[in-house]
Amino acid sequence: MAKVRGAIKVDVEKCKGCGLCVVACPTSVIALSRDVNSKGYNYAYMEVPEACTGCANCGLVCPDSVIDVYRVKAGVEA
Amino acid sequence: MVEVKDIIKEENLVYTKSKILTDKVFHYCPGCSHGVVHKLIAEVIEEMDIQDKTIAISPVGCSVLAYNYLAVDWQEAAHGRAPALATAVSRLMPDKYVFAYQGDGDLASIGTAEIIHACNRGENIVIIFINNGIYGMTGGQMAPTTLEGMPTSTSPYGRDVKLAGHPLKITDLIAQLPGTEYVTRQAVHTPAAVRKCKKAILKAFQNVGKKNGTQFIEVVSTCNSGWKLSPVKANEWMVENMFPVYPLGDLKG
Repeated sequence: MAKVRGAIKVDVEKCKGCGLCVVACPTSVIALSRDVNSKGYNYAYMEVPEACTGCANCGLVCPDSVIDVYRVKAGVEA
Repeated sequence: MVEVKDIIKEENLVYTKSKILTDKVFHYCPGCSHGVVHKLIAEVIEEMDIQDKTIAISPVGCSVLAYNYLAVDWQEAAHGRAPALATAVSRLMPDKYVFAYQGDGDLASIGTAEIIHACNRGENIVIIFINNGIYGMTGGQMAPTTLEGMPTSTSPYGRDVKLAGHPLKITDLIAQLPGTEYVTRQAVHTPAAVRKCKKAILKAFQNVGKKNGTQFIEVVSTCNSGWKLSPVKANEWMVENMFPVYPLGDLKG
């Protein structure tokens, strides 16, 4: 079965670290970083990138529209 | 194994910020529902390709600066008077898509007369009503929509209905007016709710073209700063306390 892989790109400087994407992610990919951006917010990042399916739930709930979602069909895997 | 850098390519992009949204960073607090609703309106305008035909009315409240964020034509109304201004704009330019964006302090308190009469006249406009149960911008004071027993900065022991009256279900009132065509209550706390809310906004904007009456969308929202909760906790609080009083779903149309 073709496996779907995804990835997100977070606009780190615009992320306000609200954490809504963290709870919206069905595969628990996203976490808030220990590092902060220039405004002092702990921005979102992919903690477990291999689990991402590119469902775009995080992008949908993001109030600041800082998440871009990418998705590929990764082909047949054993 | 596919590497992340191989996935993040232009041709694999499935979700990104709408082009109607400007590059300005929202001044809203982290986790504020305003951002999601702005985004949904932008996506609907982009999908319908009506950017040059949309005129928006911004209110007084947190969303007073909304004209900075959506690249459409805007008018700024006096407090509560957005439906009156929207009436004028839509009557002068009947082929435009006119929407007013209002909060609960603006719409359900100072602007009650304007909204009731605009809806009763059946003006050909869309009203987006953000209901978070308090006055968010000025520091979380009690609003007409504040729940019974809900603590706010002007009712620290909770709203006393004997003193301050009951929560005003303005959307239920508006649904009874013959001038309205589509009245619905939505939320944006989960991905599923966001998708549903977008459908409702899309339906409202499409209905504007038919000129059958006013479209009214209430979005039950959070104000995590005003409620003194984290964004995630505020969503949970909303589900637990706001939804029993303001149940989601279509009221009309």
